[in-house]
Amino acid sequence: MKPAKFGYFRPETAEEAVALLGAHAGAQDGAQDGARVLAGGQSLVPLLNRRLVRPRALVDVTRLPGLRGLAVTEDTLRIGALTRHADIETVTDPAVHTGFPILPESARWVAFPPIRSRGTFGGSIAHADPCSEWCLLAVLLDAQLIALGPAGTRVLDAAGFFTGRHRTALAPDELLVEVRFAHRPVLAALAEYSIRQRDYAVVAAAAAIRLDRWGAIAEARIALGGVADRPVRVPNAEKALLGAVAGAEAFEFAARVAAEDLEPPADVHGSAEYRRELASTLVARALRQAQAKGGPQA
Amino acid sequence: MTPDITAFDDVPMSITVTITVNGERHELVLDPRRSLADVLRRELRLLGTHQGCEQGVCGACTVLVDGDPVRGCLLLAVQADGARVETVESLGRDGELDELQRAFTENHGLQCGFCTPGFLMLATALLRDEPGADRERITECVSANLCRCTGYKGIVDSIDSAARSAARSTPRSAARSASHGR
Repeated sequence: MKPAKFGYFRPETAEEAVALLGAHAGAQDGAQDGARVLAGGQSLVPLLNRRLVRPRALVDVTRLPGLRGLAVTEDTLRIGALTRHADIETVTDPAVHTGFPILPESARWVAFPPIRSRGTFGGSIAHADPCSEWCLLAVLLDAQLIALGPAGTRVLDAAGFFTGRHRTALAPDELLVEVRFAHRPVLAALAEYSIRQRDYAVVAAAAAIRLDRWGAIAEARIALGGVADRPVRVPNAEKALLGAVAGAEAFEFAARVAAEDLEPPADVHGSAEYRRELASTLVARALRQAQAKGGPQA
Repeated sequence: MTPDITAFDDVPMSITVTITVNGERHELVLDPRRSLADVLRRELRLLGTHQGCEQGVCGACTVLVDGDPVRGCLLLAVQADGARVETVESLGRDGELDELQRAFTENHGLQCGFCTPGFLMLATALLRDEPGADRERITECVSANLCRCTGYKGIVDSIDSAARSAARSTPRSAARSASHGR
């Protein structure tokens, strides 16, 4: 349980980090991978310890300036890639709590306090675990991901960012520097089930709805984790909600539609059928909880 | 099996860092692949921090880094450069157990003792932040670590007892824990 040997760099600037990634990205020495970005290390270090990843160089970005923190400007929430899970959990900025309460509320689902104290938001997004709460919310709310590469920054949409289990559209010499949430969810909630409290979710579901003044659903978004090799939206279930009166009947129908569209994987934690059932239960729960955010009159 | 590559000529393979452990400053030259838990045990001979799974699952190696509970196996020691680390050795003074350690002995909070240093550090951080933490908070907190002997009742009882006795000695946190209805 010790990592294979690697070289270690601690660059001072994001540009320097990108240059280092570029310099080592293509290198293949025997069984070694090229360069890997090290942030909080809460996902990467277990992989290093088990030698599932054997990079020749680690680029430690934890001390890069200006990449830690949350800020709301012009209705957009910006989260620096090095913002720790615990920073989101304990954020005090009222603009985050009124505009994007789903983020601080969901932080408690992300592993345990000792992991949340080191693990980073950007690291979680770039690690692209199909069960990750942050990846799920990025897909739910159509987040924009800002990547810095040798030619400058580019903006990627969450919809195309996650390309598979632990796979993203980031190039080997690109660094995720910021995540932007421009869609302000009105009523949103995340529900998940894990075998051990705060362990990886077997299935996670998130929902965001907007009601018109008669209580009918004017906009609906539903995303699921743990049911595919990446977080997914369920457009048929979202469409099924439009125009319906928010309530148990509409939610349970949408939950069934969502589950029918899934082809979940089977593993030791649950069969495909079990996951589909769980997905249906959790979608309905997330929708109910989202509606409840509006208070009894909503 | 592919052979390990022993060195590259173009990447730094040994790093000089300064880490303050239990109030004592150490300058160390480290292979970057050493975890903080490794360095505490091997370089500094602080054997109180136990290593269980070495992949972040069990929490036996929990130590405090700048006051936060951290898995010692998931932090490269070079990343702790400049940090303040506290291990289980910092809890007792002059051969005397601290209040939390005493609570563990009195409430059957340990059996084989392997997981105990991790739970003690986890609970130390919790009670520092929330001296009046209620039983539910404590239960949620200890879900971070694994114990494979006793189950968790003795551990929760121990931390609960330490929290209650701290609450008795400080009226402000006593009032706070009373408001939680426990």
